[in-house]
Amino acid sequence: MTLVAAGTARVGTLTVQVDLTVGDEIVAVLGPNGAGKTTLLRTLAGLHPLATGRITLDDAVLDDAADGIFVRPADRSVGMVFQDHVLFPFLDARENVAFGLRSRGVGRREARRRADDWLARVGLADRATARPDTLSGGQAQRVALARALAVEPRLLCLDEPLAALDAQARVAIRREVRRHLASAGGARVLVTHDPVDAAVLADRVVVLEAGRVVQTGTMAEIALRPRSAYVADLVGRNLYRGVAADGRVTLPGGATLLVADRSVAGDVHVAIHPRSVGLHREPPGGSPRNHLTGTVTDVDGLGDRVRIRIEGPVPIVAEITTAAAAELGLAPGHAAIASVKATEVTVYPA
Amino acid sequence: MVALAGLGAAFFALPLLGLLQRAAWSDVARDLGSPEARAALALSLECSLWATGLAAVLGVPLAWVLARGRFRGRSLLRALVLLPMVLPPVVGGVALLYAFGRTDGLVGPWLYDTVGVQLTFSKTGVVLAEAFVAMPFLVLTVESGWRALDARYEDAAATLGAGRWTTFRRVSLRLLAPSLAAGAALAWARALGEFGATITFAGNVEGRTRTTPLAVYLLLETRPGAAVALSLVLLAVSVVVLVALRDRWFRIGR
Repeated sequence: MTLVAAGTARVGTLTVQVDLTVGDEIVAVLGPNGAGKTTLLRTLAGLHPLATGRITLDDAVLDDAADGIFVRPADRSVGMVFQDHVLFPFLDARENVAFGLRSRGVGRREARRRADDWLARVGLADRATARPDTLSGGQAQRVALARALAVEPRLLCLDEPLAALDAQARVAIRREVRRHLASAGGARVLVTHDPVDAAVLADRVVVLEAGRVVQTGTMAEIALRPRSAYVADLVGRNLYRGVAADGRVTLPGGATLLVADRSVAGDVHVAIHPRSVGLHREPPGGSPRNHLTGTVTDVDGLGDRVRIRIEGPVPIVAEITTAAAAELGLAPGHAAIASVKATEVTVYPA
Repeated sequence: MVALAGLGAAFFALPLLGLLQRAAWSDVARDLGSPEARAALALSLECSLWATGLAAVLGVPLAWVLARGRFRGRSLLRALVLLPMVLPPVVGGVALLYAFGRTDGLVGPWLYDTVGVQLTFSKTGVVLAEAFVAMPFLVLTVESGWRALDARYEDAAATLGAGRWTTFRRVSLRLLAPSLAAGAALAWARALGEFGATITFAGNVEGRTRTTPLAVYLLLETRPGAAVALSLVLLAVSVVVLVALRDRWFRIGR
């Protein structure tokens, strides 16, 4: 079971790179709003045509722009979960779930029986005759999930399935989605702008920005070595571009960072975790070899920790304990010095 | 301003009062029971329902093309469809005559020779004339319904394995039902009252093409009481349609 997509799709003025391979696994497409994530998903489901390239599922060609092949969504083995459930308002929960089975030729009674079975699996056996407008957001999304899963699609597409839910429902539904995604099998593609969804739900992540795939890998790999400012912000890392030579990275402004890793040279990304940044009000002594001076611009509390942004020749975010922050007494406008040990600087080819 | 508005309201109200005060209420039942009146009412009901059906069958696809189509000339097509709303009905009747007339129409002679259908002076002609005038109301209403319909319901149906026809039948049509009902009610009311195009195109043959409005016009000369009785029926239908559609229209502005 492998979905291979290589091509582009156009939506408005944006050209979206539709480039991913999904085996028997869950892949998250992560990106900011307007990056083209939904368009990418719609091309896989057959709701949007490719402008160039092709999509295959195992041996079957689903879409080939050059050959003019386009398999309509009804003829693809695909399931789709939309952001805000899109349940048919004139059908009850059971008939919504049975819809796909009925369309695919399953008899009425058998379709209802299987629909009830799926409703039980998502914990809504008692809401079978409820109309969508009487369901809570979380319940409706669970019915939508059951509706997509009931036809046992070889390709399951989820478009921001948790985005329309309130924070409390999101946690519960995320757990539920994870359970069903894990047991579904087949190629499963999840579009999200929330790194938590990507980390919890997906085996692998594809980062899409302005229509381009900028990075792929596991969430842990991506968090460790972000390749764009968006990803770095998302995972809370400090990220710089520079040129490495002899254990020294020169940044565009001329500032340099000392790094322990001497194996990389040339154009590089430099990532620094905020927790490995120390803060001082006076020039410190000691072993850290990188000292970055600047002015505090933001102080954000994160429970027992505080994130402090320092603007200077090399802008950096530090994360220190609330106690340490209180002791330092740093506030916006104060001068500060950030220190980073060379061993805490991750450097990798750009 | 207020005085003028009052005058305007009176302008609408007075004719209604006139009609109502002229009604010989005790004779209404007898007048409506006369053979001419019954024939006219039955013919009107039958033809207007067929016309509404025809308008729905042709009008829903037209509304779809207008709402969802992306092609050159869409505005032109809409103008064409809406033309009968502003065209004097008698002109519509003349135009129909030169399209479907048996002797000198564009396709009329062909229809008569090959299919054996004569539209002028026939019930079918009445249906055609009424549909011509009434269909724009249905197309307009359904088009706006189709514009308001969230296309993702159709997307969802498609990913669930429903082909285009199944999606249309089981999803789009269900979501369009309120618009379709409103459009059909409007078109039906318009068809029921059709006069100009009908008399020009289908003529005024008793029992065959003499619909209620035509009968009212004729009876006014000979038996005004019967004419008033038939007018009351048409008025009642209009009021019922208006009341049925009140939620759809009178909510705007509240």
